[in-house]
Amino acid sequence: MDMSELIDPFARLIEDICTPAAIREIEQGGDTAAMWKAFLESGFLDALVAEESGGAGLSLSDAASLIALLGRHAVPLPVGDTMVARALLAAAGVEAPEGPIAIATGAGAAPFAAVATHILSGAPDAPVVTPANVEPTGVPHDGGAYVSGLDGKALRPIAAALRALLISGAAERVMEMTVAYANERVQFGKPIGKQQAVQQQLSVLAEQAVAARIAAAIGARAGLRPKLVDAAIAKHGTSLAAGQIAAIAHAVHGAIGISEEYDLQLLTRRLHGWRLADGSEGYWAGVLGELRMAEPAKPTADFIRGA
Amino acid sequence: MFETLTLSALPPEDEAIRPALRALIDEAIAELPVSRRARSWQGFDASFSRKLGQAGYLGLSLPKEYGGMGRGPFTRFVVVEELLSAGAPVAGHWIADRQSGPLILHYGTEEQRRFYLPRISKGEALFCIGMSEPGSGSDLASVRTRAEQQADGSWLLNGQKIWTTNAMHGDYMIALVRTSGTSADRQQGLSQLIVDLKAPGVIIRPIVDLTGDAHFAEVFFEDVRLAPDALIGSEGQGWKQVTAELAFERSGPERIYSSVVLIDAWVRHLEAVGRKDSATLRLVGSLMAQQAVLREMSLAVTARLVAGESPVVEASLMKDLGTSFEQAVPQLIGDDLAANPDEPVDPELYRTLLYVTYAAPSFSLRGGTREILRGIIARGLGLR
Repeated sequence: MDMSELIDPFARLIEDICTPAAIREIEQGGDTAAMWKAFLESGFLDALVAEESGGAGLSLSDAASLIALLGRHAVPLPVGDTMVARALLAAAGVEAPEGPIAIATGAGAAPFAAVATHILSGAPDAPVVTPANVEPTGVPHDGGAYVSGLDGKALRPIAAALRALLISGAAERVMEMTVAYANERVQFGKPIGKQQAVQQQLSVLAEQAVAARIAAAIGARAGLRPKLVDAAIAKHGTSLAAGQIAAIAHAVHGAIGISEEYDLQLLTRRLHGWRLADGSEGYWAGVLGELRMAEPAKPTADFIRGA
Repeated sequence: MFETLTLSALPPEDEAIRPALRALIDEAIAELPVSRRARSWQGFDASFSRKLGQAGYLGLSLPKEYGGMGRGPFTRFVVVEELLSAGAPVAGHWIADRQSGPLILHYGTEEQRRFYLPRISKGEALFCIGMSEPGSGSDLASVRTRAEQQADGSWLLNGQKIWTTNAMHGDYMIALVRTSGTSADRQQGLSQLIVDLKAPGVIIRPIVDLTGDAHFAEVFFEDVRLAPDALIGSEGQGWKQVTAELAFERSGPERIYSSVVLIDAWVRHLEAVGRKDSATLRLVGSLMAQQAVLREMSLAVTARLVAGESPVVEASLMKDLGTSFEQAVPQLIGDDLAANPDEPVDPELYRTLLYVTYAAPSFSLRGGTREILRGIIARGLGLR
């Protein structure tokens, strides 16, 4: 299938309904129904559901660019989470609710849980969907929430791969916004992007954004059941990049970047939130370290290429 | 931006060469202590290079009619990955195989191809690169070494090169020299000449570095006579040729594996002392994760080469990230070992750690400094 046939309409849908104003409205507690209805009716929520169950039958790798678009546009609802949840539920023969489903994999804040009607926990082969009974984080504009009493640890690798794709999309957009800003913003008589010190910073941002995209692709390469090693590499790499990218983007933007009315913050807040969700770089490094030390005599080059 | 860099798989026929190649490498490194293996691309062993050539692992991307293997960058990726991850001594053939061979193939005359390429493929013609000069490092347009063409077409070469890797072991140098104009003309008037290092008037002095090794040399040219066919490509086009050549130098897996022998030795140490606390596991895992992403990036850049592109910006991006990682490794492992002062460290591991620590500054210098690469990336971002 030519992916642009899928991506272009999805991108148009997001651009139409997830405007910065619409995102802000939902983040301030506004009604989510209209935006959700548009996603539900688009059919994209079943992109990962098998064809025999009425979905599009895409693999996670096929759908990677769709999910990255959600991150790129700071979509404020759990569209990616729901796509994953619906695929797992369909495979297990459980009927999915119509509302937004957030995935909870631990005791920390689950992204989008505050704007979800349901929470997915359990395991990939035995997914459990329950009505959302959550406690907001209390952070302004945060769609995340704490979910208690559910065990979703077994979903963590899938959620990590999903979160890595969202980070990679947001990272790409932050890079583009920051480069564009550096070319426009004039100080000392020329665009700040002409200053070598700023150029060096932006080069590092670009390196991290590309590294994040490659890391995310590693997480998605095996499909909806990522290998533990791949999920770890993906979430570690994207989380590591997320913090650096947000920091450089804000440094280059100066004070305007941290104002509420400027759109950069819609993305950088998500970079931080997704970094902390479903295991940070430190968590996944620990997982990977344990896997590596199970084979201490194996050369690193063999370990990382899965030989 | 940079969307062309995507995950890429090595073709099965390239993966398939690993077992036989590994057997050859294992035999060569069996007696080498870890601290020698850590030198890898500074390790010089002409007989090993010849063995690789005879077995068909050099000149991989050169056409068969010139004695090459007629394969491509993916095959070379596998060979380089196997060599460097084991810590095999590659300095003998390194430059000829990576840069000089492709350069001669692209820009050389038919006679030059027939003369040099088969010998490069057999590991019998060892090359070094004469780019840097005193006062002219990253600013290559300012080179002063000069070759004057004589009435009979021959060249008279005078000047000095410096930081020339392995000049004292090499057969030939491909030198970037001024053949017309002055240094005020910058990129114009530069050419590439093949210099026979045995020619009268070539004087080579090794430079001992802070590890006690001598990999670099100063090379002086005093009225060196070169035949008319010493010129590669076109007179005055040296700059353009060098730029393309540097994309080969910057893109390969050699930019991610310089510290991997140390990582492996350290992992074996952790196993031997039985240290598996969570901080240790996180450090192990963090190095693995970064190495894995870098490998996929390197492979993605290689795929652009296979597609016939010259991914200058992408290669710069990957090299900067890769060498930053390679340089962080000895810092992190050094801290880990010294943070556990009551744990015995094998002297060989300690020698390896200090060698890599001392050598690490060169990782981001060779093939273009970090600041220059970031300037290239900035240009790719549309900032310059």
